[in-house]
Amino acid sequence: MRELIRPVFVIAWKDIMLELRTKDIMVSALIFALMVIVIFNFALNITPTMVDSLAPGILWLAFAFAGVLAMGRAFIAEGDKGSLDGLLLCPVSRDAIFFGKMTSMFVFMVVIESLVLPIFVVLFNFDSISFNLIAIMLLGALGFATVGTLFSSIAFNLRSREIMLPLLFFPMITPILIGVVEASSGVITDTVNVIGTGRWIGLIVVFDAIFLVVCPWAFGVAMEE
Amino acid sequence: MRFLLLLVVSILLAINIFLIFMWAPTEVHMGHVQRIFYIHVPSAWIAFLAFGIVFFGSIQYLRTREQKWDNLASASAELGVVFTTLVLVTGPIWAKPVWGIWWTWDVRLTTTLVLWLIYVSYLMVRSYSSNHYQASRYSSILGIIGVINLPLIYFAVNWWNTQHQRLVLGVGSTESGLHPDMKTTLYFSLLAFSSLFVYLLWFRVSLKETEDMVRKNVHLDMDH
Repeated sequence: MRELIRPVFVIAWKDIMLELRTKDIMVSALIFALMVIVIFNFALNITPTMVDSLAPGILWLAFAFAGVLAMGRAFIAEGDKGSLDGLLLCPVSRDAIFFGKMTSMFVFMVVIESLVLPIFVVLFNFDSISFNLIAIMLLGALGFATVGTLFSSIAFNLRSREIMLPLLFFPMITPILIGVVEASSGVITDTVNVIGTGRWIGLIVVFDAIFLVVCPWAFGVAMEE
Repeated sequence: MRFLLLLVVSILLAINIFLIFMWAPTEVHMGHVQRIFYIHVPSAWIAFLAFGIVFFGSIQYLRTREQKWDNLASASAELGVVFTTLVLVTGPIWAKPVWGIWWTWDVRLTTTLVLWLIYVSYLMVRSYSSNHYQASRYSSILGIIGVINLPLIYFAVNWWNTQHQRLVLGVGSTESGLHPDMKTTLYFSLLAFSSLFVYLLWFRVSLKETEDMVRKNVHLDMDH
């Protein structure tokens, strides 16, 4: 078990340390998320009475856009001087490499979320934060990171990768995007609805579970060179 | 052999046009516009058949690594996108006069649209790949994940619709009330479209085989 887990943490820690030193991904993704929120403010003319109903949509679009920006850079560091080949030649399984990259992506997503949410709270006097909302945000980040890491590794090897990642990523995350928005909306407005927040969270968990199995396999296929 | 099939397909399609526009009775409430139904429904059926073949071909390709399976999957994906486009175009043309709206975010319509997006990105991945091995592997992954994701998309959109109490359209329920001649026309149209699909798939796969042959010869020339 230790032999399985260790490479995952080593790879994830390498990415996190690299990010701590360069701050390449975080700064651009955070500023971008902030910009999305500001633009939404003008586009939708958000007032205090409507903030609760609009918050889930705006927050998750900001997370998704910032996330796809961060994931687009997930393999950039690996592109330099053939370090991806070096990583692939390491005597660890492809699954370990996938989970390592996924863990660092998950951490980046959580950092983005935990910085954007307070800014959103301040800007819109949003006061409906609860433990459930944070749990949904973590589950959503997990799904985004799983699918994002796979498609980032695919898009990285394609021409015009900047446009291909969002085109691959967004249709595939449709179910989880609907799930997190609806679940967050259920938690924030605290209204009893037809489907129920629990079932939406169930959908998110099922999505995460399926893709946590499928994506490492697909990553192994994608990385055969 | 293929020419013979082309001949059969052409005859079937000609008869199909005759049945749709001359023979099938006009629907009482919707009028002539209902005739688009005989194009719309078979297209949808062919689109789903095509994506099923993509799924099957992708699995077979990753299992055996034989180029012929990838040729089948990618040719089928191209046709699937064409027929899904046909569904998405004929749908609103039919919907506007009948429902009074071009589009509604109903579960079937939305799932079809998301499916279309996934398979368009499938084709884009192929054309943006740097070599055909990469194109085959990447697109096979998409062909498999797309189908695995399909039930999730369907459920999510369905619940989302229920939650927001959108209009639920019972297209399926009207089928039981079809006039026998309408049913005959529909089934004939299904047959004609299926044969067209088989012909196009055959044509496209053999074109891809020729491409492979040319590519192989070019490589051989470069080696010398």
